[in-house]
Parts: sequence; structure tokens; C-alpha cells
Amino acid sequence: MSGFTRHRRSGRIIATFSGFEADLLRSLASQLVELLRNEAAVPHEHGDPLEAMLSFEGPTTEPDDPVLARLFPTAYPDSEEAAAEFRRFTEGSLRDGKASGAAMVIDGLEDAGLPPELGEEKVVIDIELDEDAALVWLKTFTDLRLALATRLEVEQDDEEFWALLPDDDPRSQAHDIYEWIGALQETLVDSLR
Amino acid sequence: MATTSPVEVEPDITPDEITLTSKPWVTIVWNDPVNLMSYVTYVFRTYFGYDEKKAEKLMLEVHHDGKSAVSSGTREEMERDVQAMHEYGLWATLEKQS
Repeated sequence: MSGFTRHRRSGRIIATFSGFEADLLRSLASQLVELLRNEAAVPHEHGDPLEAMLSFEGPTTEPDDPVLARLFPTAYPDSEEAAAEFRRFTEGSLRDGKASGAAMVIDGLEDAGLPPELGEEKVVIDIELDEDAALVWLKTFTDLRLALATRLEVEQDDEEFWALLPDDDPRSQAHDIYEWIGALQETLVDSLR
Repeated sequence: MATTSPVEVEPDITPDEITLTSKPWVTIVWNDPVNLMSYVTYVFRTYFGYDEKKAEKLMLEVHHDGKSAVSSGTREEMERDVQAMHEYGLWATLEKQS
């Protein structure tokens, strides 16, 4: 993996992915979009479905899903009321922002030639980003890593645990993917400096 | 010439709330095991406009002390900063400056 570099002449940020890598990124980004859009943002406190649909109020309590709870942390740890109010006004737009960022990454991969279904043929995906798009990718990589790490229960200084995990443990492969996105992100940060 | 008219001080406001300091709220960024040090520094530089040295100092504070107060201002300003940090995937909260 060579990751992202800044093209000297055009100043654009470029990377080349194999079909497999691009397909993997697309699959993770789609799952993130699905999680952000499907897992109810509003707690099911409305008895009336029509009333719930017409309500533009945001959620007031921390999401049940631990990934979402990490993506939308409680802003006021000491005041439930202030925390609820903050969440009501921010979580909706934060969700939309993260979901549309991940969708942009998917579109970017497909516009660069990633077919809807990856077949046997060899494809090479050349990505070229301006600064704004690079920032969107950077934030999406962060969200993907936060999501994977939450599911894997990654902790500070636990490298040894992951290194000793047998290869046939399903968590081992997921952790490799987590590390791979981290390495990619590192090259993207570097190329933005 | 100005004269003062008798005004009643609202009895339910505590002296704490009528503080005259201009920056009573702070945004706290907490350490997490996921975000890369380079990325956190990048966010502090890009969003707050801090120079490399200050951004890196704050990042190291988060890393070593578990948290760092990265900005201060009015409550509204800090709510905007916290929301922005959540956009970047950093774990941030706000509190009244102690």
C-alpha cells in the first residue's frame, strides 16, 4: 500500500487502489451510511407514527448503539438537561454530515471506475482529490476507524493482544482492516500538510 | 447628565452567573485509543488555526493527560467548537471554566 501523496505539479492529492481495496472501502462506507441513516435517531417515544414522522425534533438521549454513541458523544457529562438540548440541536446534522461524507467516498470510488459488482477482471482505481474532498475522505476514515474500533473494543496500548490473536480469529482480519485504514489516513494527513 | 434609576437586581441570579470574565467556558478534548496523533494535531491546526507548535502541545496534553482544554469562549462558541470536534470524530465536551 502506497497510500496518498500530493501530486507535485497539480497540487492534487492522489492514490491508487486495487479493485479489492476500493471494494472494501466502499463496503465499509456503505455500512456506515446504513448505520447512520437506519438506526433511529429519534428515540421511539412517540406513540403515534404520524406524529413521529412529522416531528422535527432531534434525539435527546445517547444512541443505544455503541458506535453511534461514540460518533455522537454526550457534550455535557454533568448535566443531563443541557446534554439533551445539545443533542437535539446537533445530532441530526452531524449524522447527515457523516452519512453524506461516506456517500461521497463511495461516489468517488465508483466515478473512478469501481464497478457495482467486483468481478474477476483486474481493475485499478485512481483517486484524485482537491483539498475539500480530501478533508471529507479524512473525516470518513476517522468515522470508519471509530466504528471498527468500537466493535472490536480496541483499547489504548493493546497492540500485543492483537498481534497474538490467531489468524483464524475473525477479529484478527477486522483489526488488520482497521490498521490498514489507519495507515491510509496517516498518508492522507501527511499529504495535506 | 446621566442619572441612575433604581433597578432591582434579579434575586435568582447567583453571582457566579453574572461573572465578568469574557471566556467562562472551555472545550475539552479527551483521549481515545483510536485517533492518530498526526490527525488530532491536524484538526487543531485546521479548525482552530493554531500553529504547529501549539497544536502539537495540545495534542500531547490530550495523549498524556487524558484531556486538554483546547479553546475557551462563550457557551455558544464552545458549543460550536464541540460540534465541530464531533464532526472530526474527536471526543469533546464543554464545561464552565473552573
